[in-house]
Amino acid sequence: MHKQYRIRNAGHTKINRKRRDFCGLLWILPSFLGVLVFYLLPYADVVRRSFSGAVDNSFAGIENYRTVLGNTAFLLAVKNTLRFTVFCIPALVFTALLCAVILYRSRYGAVIKSAFLMPMALPAVSVALMWRLLFHPQGIVNGWLAGFHINGSDWMNSGSAFGILVGSYIWKNLGYDIVLWMAGLSGISEHIYEAARVDGAGEWQCFWYITLPGLKTSFYTITVLSFLNSFKVFREAYLVAGDYPHESIYMMQHLFNNWFRSFSFDKMAAAAVLESLVLLALILFLERAANRDNVG
Amino acid sequence: MIRGVKISKIILWSLLGLLALLALYPVFFLIMGSLMGNDELAEYLGAVIVQKEGFVDVPLLPVYPTLKHFVEIFLDSPEFFVMFWNSIQITFGVLAGQLVVATMAAWGLAKYDFPGKRGCLLIYMILMLLPFQVLMLSEYLVLDKLNLTDSLWGIILPGVFSAFPVFIMYRFFREIPDSLIESARLDGAREWQLFWYIALPLGSSGVIASMVLEFLEYWSLIEQPMTFLKDKSLFPLSVFLPDITSIGRSGMAFAASVVTFIPALLVFLGGQDYLEQGIMAGAVKE
Repeated sequence: MHKQYRIRNAGHTKINRKRRDFCGLLWILPSFLGVLVFYLLPYADVVRRSFSGAVDNSFAGIENYRTVLGNTAFLLAVKNTLRFTVFCIPALVFTALLCAVILYRSRYGAVIKSAFLMPMALPAVSVALMWRLLFHPQGIVNGWLAGFHINGSDWMNSGSAFGILVGSYIWKNLGYDIVLWMAGLSGISEHIYEAARVDGAGEWQCFWYITLPGLKTSFYTITVLSFLNSFKVFREAYLVAGDYPHESIYMMQHLFNNWFRSFSFDKMAAAAVLESLVLLALILFLERAANRDNVG
Repeated sequence: MIRGVKISKIILWSLLGLLALLALYPVFFLIMGSLMGNDELAEYLGAVIVQKEGFVDVPLLPVYPTLKHFVEIFLDSPEFFVMFWNSIQITFGVLAGQLVVATMAAWGLAKYDFPGKRGCLLIYMILMLLPFQVLMLSEYLVLDKLNLTDSLWGIILPGVFSAFPVFIMYRFFREIPDSLIESARLDGAREWQLFWYIALPLGSSGVIASMVLEFLEYWSLIEQPMTFLKDKSLFPLSVFLPDITSIGRSGMAFAASVVTFIPALLVFLGGQDYLEQGIMAGAVKE
């Protein structure tokens, strides 16, 4: 429609169009200036710092990067973040898919979906209070276990802290992912199912040959969003366990906080640049993969 | 065969129901805890609070419900009031700013062509996806330079210019048919009138969706205030972890926690449809 209009009026509206483009720039100008001042320029400064020495600001080449990559805390945080990602993303994405498929066909789907979304609204401080009562050595969970004559453990100060973090991540994000999956499901035309059923396809076949292929694009975006949300588990971890939690849940954000407090800006800069490059590559890779599948 | 399907269905549904209950449980638990008197709390939670023998018991319903703790935090603890007010200032400051800046930007990106538009969109998308830790140092550097550390403005301003609401509203504004805008132009509407009389009313669900999502985000903001604020009197509720290790204070801890999540809960309940639309808008691909 837009194009048509342009062709029709091509003669006398060239100036008009220029003016309109200019208008478009004006609309985004306030926002863009803010983004420039608060995000882009300082980020450029961070990139510069990542190549400078901590004290004298002289050019240091890749020295900072080398320090960071050899830093044990950094490696621990990377390892934990990777481990966390590998465990929790598949678990979350598939649990959510299962729930979404069941809820999508059901009359009560909307109500139950609301229940799953509730944790999104709950501030982390409230969750943290709950956690401390649940996983205290004399807390609720150990109380239950004692009921079955099983000896509990000090959950937050042992390796199980990691499992708790995975659990709370899934707990918090399940509703979010269910909504996304259900949106994907509603994009698959009902006619395809009907046609397949007429041809004698069973429930399972419908799911395997229609539903799953139809959800491919959703799968990519849901994975990206789940991954990015996974950085927010730091909130609960921090509130329950503080700056130096059990080493199994020492995440990137803990490391950045500790470096920040000791003014190790050179290391922070290098680590931030590294992390943004990795994330950027990952996002673009998934985006590519999604597009390729869409076309092919 | 039919029987097997039925049984597996029942199992699936009960698992689902259990998960849903698990999602709701903390809300229930915290509300119940906040309504209990000190004696009751001591009895149930004594194991954690005063190192009593045994384990924490699960409080189901308070036997003698009381609103005492709510009265206490609102009347007897001025510091709680200050934090509540800080939370309000941060959240509504950010939302008000976004309402102006982000809606305009989203409208410009959705319905105008100008050089560099694609690059602009890409920048916004990447910014939206980067976690706080990556931008933490750059944010600090700029706040330090502008003398905004240790001030609520240092939290509010970067929030106003966050890319997320621009992106969400952009999705909704794009749905508005071009023909409508063109015919309004032919009728002599000015550009700002298009924004005021077409974009805002027709894209209102997008604006609300992004406000709901951003409210939930900024109401429970943790990383930014903890990094940039040193003065404890500027802390919002979202970083206030109440002390539960004494009987007198544990009831207040529950009540504080309930007061913290009630605004978020109300926004969630009132705006759930918008919330879902917003979640979906964040995922739709170009």
